[in-house]
Amino acid sequence: MVNSRTTNIPLWVRIAPALTIAVLVGPVIAGLAGIALPAVGFAPLGGSSAFTLSAFARVTAEPGFFTSLWLAFWIGPVSALISLTLVTGFAAAAAGTRSFAFVAGLLRPVLALPHAAAAFGLVYLVSPSGFLLRLVSPELTGFSRPPDWLIVNDPMGLALLAGLVLKEAPYLFLALTSALQQADPRRADIARALGHSRMAAWLHGVFPAVYAQMRLPIMAVIVFSSSVVDMAMILGPATPPLLSLRILGWINDPDFSQKSLAAAALVFQLGASGAGLVVWLAGERLVSGMARRLAVSGIRLPGLPGVSMLARSGLVVVALVVLAGIGLVAVNSVAGIWRFPDALPRGLNLTVWAERAPELMNLTANTVLIGGLASLTALIAVMLCLENEYRSGITLSPRAKLVLYAPLLVPQIGFLPGLTVLLLRLGWDGSLLPVAFAHLVFVLPYTYLMLADPWNAFDTRYLDTARALGRSPDAALLTIRLPMLVGPILVAFALGFAVSVAQYLPTLLIGGGRVPTITTEAVALSSGGNRRLIGAYALVQSLLPFLGFALAAAVPALLWRDRRALRSGGVV
Amino acid sequence: MNEGLRIDRLTVYRQGRTLVCLDADIAPGEVLSVMGPSGVGKSSLVRAIGGFLSPGFATSGAVRLGGRDISALPPERRHIGVLFQDSLLFPHFSVSENILFALPPGGSRRDRCRRVAELLAPVGLKDLLDRDPATLSGGQQARVALMRVIAAAPRALLLDEPFSKLDADLRASVRSFVFDIVRERQLPTLLVTHDRADAEAAGGRVVELEAR
Amino acid sequence: MPRIPVLAAVLALGLSASAPSAADPDPANWPSVLAAARGETVYFNAWGGSENINDYIAWAGGEVERRYGVALEHVRLSETADAVNRVLSEKQAGRIEGGAVDLIWINGENFAAMKRAGLLLPEAWADTLPNYALADTEGKPTLLTDFTTPVCGRESPWGTAQLTFYYDSAELSAPPEDIAALGRWIAENPGRFTYAAPPNFIGTTFLKQLAYGLFDDPSVLSKSADPEKFGAITAPLWAFLDKVHPDLWRSGRVFAADTTQLKTLFGDREIDIAMTFNPGEASSAIHDGLVPDTVRSFVMDYGTIGNAHFLAIPFNASAKAGAMVVANFLLSPEAQVKKADEAVWGDPTVLAYEKLAPEDQALFDALDNGPATLGPDALGKALSEPDPSWTEMLEAEWQRRYVGG
Repeated sequence: MVNSRTTNIPLWVRIAPALTIAVLVGPVIAGLAGIALPAVGFAPLGGSSAFTLSAFARVTAEPGFFTSLWLAFWIGPVSALISLTLVTGFAAAAAGTRSFAFVAGLLRPVLALPHAAAAFGLVYLVSPSGFLLRLVSPELTGFSRPPDWLIVNDPMGLALLAGLVLKEAPYLFLALTSALQQADPRRADIARALGHSRMAAWLHGVFPAVYAQMRLPIMAVIVFSSSVVDMAMILGPATPPLLSLRILGWINDPDFSQKSLAAAALVFQLGASGAGLVVWLAGERLVSGMARRLAVSGIRLPGLPGVSMLARSGLVVVALVVLAGIGLVAVNSVAGIWRFPDALPRGLNLTVWAERAPELMNLTANTVLIGGLASLTALIAVMLCLENEYRSGITLSPRAKLVLYAPLLVPQIGFLPGLTVLLLRLGWDGSLLPVAFAHLVFVLPYTYLMLADPWNAFDTRYLDTARALGRSPDAALLTIRLPMLVGPILVAFALGFAVSVAQYLPTLLIGGGRVPTITTEAVALSSGGNRRLIGAYALVQSLLPFLGFALAAAVPALLWRDRRALRSGGVV
Repeated sequence: MNEGLRIDRLTVYRQGRTLVCLDADIAPGEVLSVMGPSGVGKSSLVRAIGGFLSPGFATSGAVRLGGRDISALPPERRHIGVLFQDSLLFPHFSVSENILFALPPGGSRRDRCRRVAELLAPVGLKDLLDRDPATLSGGQQARVALMRVIAAAPRALLLDEPFSKLDADLRASVRSFVFDIVRERQLPTLLVTHDRADAEAAGGRVVELEAR
Repeated sequence: MPRIPVLAAVLALGLSASAPSAADPDPANWPSVLAAARGETVYFNAWGGSENINDYIAWAGGEVERRYGVALEHVRLSETADAVNRVLSEKQAGRIEGGAVDLIWINGENFAAMKRAGLLLPEAWADTLPNYALADTEGKPTLLTDFTTPVCGRESPWGTAQLTFYYDSAELSAPPEDIAALGRWIAENPGRFTYAAPPNFIGTTFLKQLAYGLFDDPSVLSKSADPEKFGAITAPLWAFLDKVHPDLWRSGRVFAADTTQLKTLFGDREIDIAMTFNPGEASSAIHDGLVPDTVRSFVMDYGTIGNAHFLAIPFNASAKAGAMVVANFLLSPEAQVKKADEAVWGDPTVLAYEKLAPEDQALFDALDNGPATLGPDALGKALSEPDPSWTEMLEAEWQRRYVGG
């Protein structure tokens, strides 16, 4: 018996998975070891007592510590629950209808938006001196000056929660649509034929399979929210702030003894994020049990038009709020004097743009270089991994997928400080390349997740045909698979680029402040509240990923303008 | 010297269990039809002979072409043409580029283009040269796909249910188009099908595979 | 006792790496410093929250490039502590040269911390810079003692500051000039006053300002704070804050981040009184069109906190000579007069007028202070910075009381 091994797989394809896994997991382990193992000579946060029990006692005695910790615990699952409800409700009410495609189109630019820019947009829309209140003032409200309302930075964290939902819902919607492509919509039809309402039919028939594919993205969202930094700076409470922000503060405190607080707090952060996941998984079990009981009970839930309308509009509101926010960011960047309660600025000028042009160009160059480097490297690595999977016939197990998600399932603030010190020791810090490497860690998973489906869905009989026509596996890859997949490849590249552009903490820590990007500078400006300046920076920050996606759509359309099957950049 | 395709007790295993086996001699210009219900391993048989069985499968026995054992060779060196259910014309190439892709290397660009025209003219496809494959009708696609296989100058042909997706009225004409070319070029051909009409039209021997 | 091992570690590190590097440039031999500096790139780590200041630093960068061939890169910090922390990390990682930070804008506790931990250039250098001869060391004692820490030539003076409040005279006829009046005004105008959250420097300074006005015996502030008596001594301060907080902007649940946000809130008319460490800030904001030209400054009748800010070079800076050239240029009459110009920044000079050459004196004479800038008399006496121990304890207690939420 001869085992089928069509040809020997070249080394450069074979080692790709090992290298990729090393990049995904290595920094996480190294960073965590940096905190947990001061005994072996790592003292990442300063001082040899970074990990003593007394530090735990001290950190818990910090004013408001448990308030910060509590917020870090609940905001993850709650923001994920709201986002998931919005997305699921919409899909249940609108799957297969024209409004589904419309909303998908509306959410696409929102998806590309960096967190910081979305947060600024929300501030300009809903804060007491924001656009909504200006629209109705003083006519309806009688306000001639901004009211003293605590909307943004509220101690409960509701503004932060809203900001997170604005970014997470589009992301989960993307996860849902890609899962939906593999689900059979006829299952909902069958449930309807059995007498269930439209929404109930979708929830019973389609959602369970779709949800199984959304679990990891949801878990990533929970961890991210529980430890977010940039959005918490702009929208989060101040007295006390989210735990991640306090950790950053302790790391940066000139009183060096505070660093042991940071190390201890990091452990609590990991615990809070982990507890958020556990709660989610428990809730998952509870809900699926209840749904099963409801399903077998035979009860048919009536379709209420109000519920359906509500479910349909939720996501639309999310998209509109984000888009309006970005519009306000843009207007702010060219606004002249714009005092409350004027709804519109008294004049428009390009002063900020003209003054800041050289600097914005520099920052854009840095951002594009880092993003290009990280996403191109990620793209090549992912393509080699996927090709290796195809040639060796070994596909990713669910467990391996967990590895892929590793950098997204550990809070950034949890392992980046340790990684920073490690890189510092290796003398590899404070320049563009290490920052691009740190970005690569976060770009890789998204690139993989984006490209894996179209890559695996590719009809490999095209490759067989090319082989039968005398082409080697490498030639078939280069002449057939890559050109045909150029659309999805570019979309994966654009997504990787968008992820890189949005990175705040890795750029700040690994770059040591010497590698400014449009994102670090935009966030740095946030405290000052100079709206014109923030507007210009946040707009550039939003445009960069958007241009990436626009390019990813334009190139296949142009390249294959005479090839109908490929013109849309769609998956073959 | 035997110029045909010899399938020498070829057995395909999956996870250590026998999936399908075949022992047959196919003479030049002969079409051997292999029939059987779906799931019996017909496609795996085609993939084993063509050389692109997925990892996870194993084989024993041999495939000989012109007396030479080719079973250890990668597909690109077997010189066996394959036609699948779908035409699988490369969507990013024009019709002539699809054929040019298949032509053996060598010759100037102009020379190669002339050869493509010579190949397509006798079968009435010359007008389609610059077309986008996606704009061709089903019948046209099937014909171009066959001529693409022929352009690579194969020494044997594998047909994996190539007519099953065609409309009934189109099926007969494409079928005769294919079998005419097979006979004209004297290619030993293995046809895998579940449609008895295909096998009858092929006019050769019929092997029935049975479900295990 | 977690503090002791940390301190010990820092000290041990300090000992191991404090041997002066033979290659450190010597400012007494200025031509050799200039020669060494040419072609260097100086990473200047400075707070980047104010556009006026950023623009001024950019101007200085152009000048030192043109004159001395030194490239200046402004690393914009949100907190100076970021840079201090960076240098500390490098020291712990054993990087004794080639550091990321060449020059830091610094004062007070950050300077004290760096000095204590051996993170600064080990030799005195600032007092031998050519332009240091013009510094007003007699008239401005804060140039020699930074928050009670002796400067000892380890940082070069850059500017002075004095806590100043501003208001719109069109809306408010008589601003509250003592603490009792301020308390009454806040109670009568709820939501119209706030300060920055300590440990932001302006917030901490406001606490110290209140301490001077509320403590029974403010003289304790010049001595190290006694933890035993801290509660009793500071009780009037917390009583005052407890009373006014509910009437602050956002009911005291949110505070401003820094002086720039205070200025923005004032410009948006969310608050009626703002504070700054830069006596020229209000005029500068009028000049920029951010606030109406009816805005005026005021100080407390018992004086306000004043201090100086400096430039320091880390022990492992990559471009030490370049950093010295930049520090010396920023101390030059030309750079100082531009800095004092309210159309640019409005930060008061550290130079002594009488030490300047006549043509440089003329430059300062030509400065046109805006309507909101107080003259030296109106600015009143500068209260000196309390001992750094007070900073730490006031900040910690404030956190304990008001951050807990």
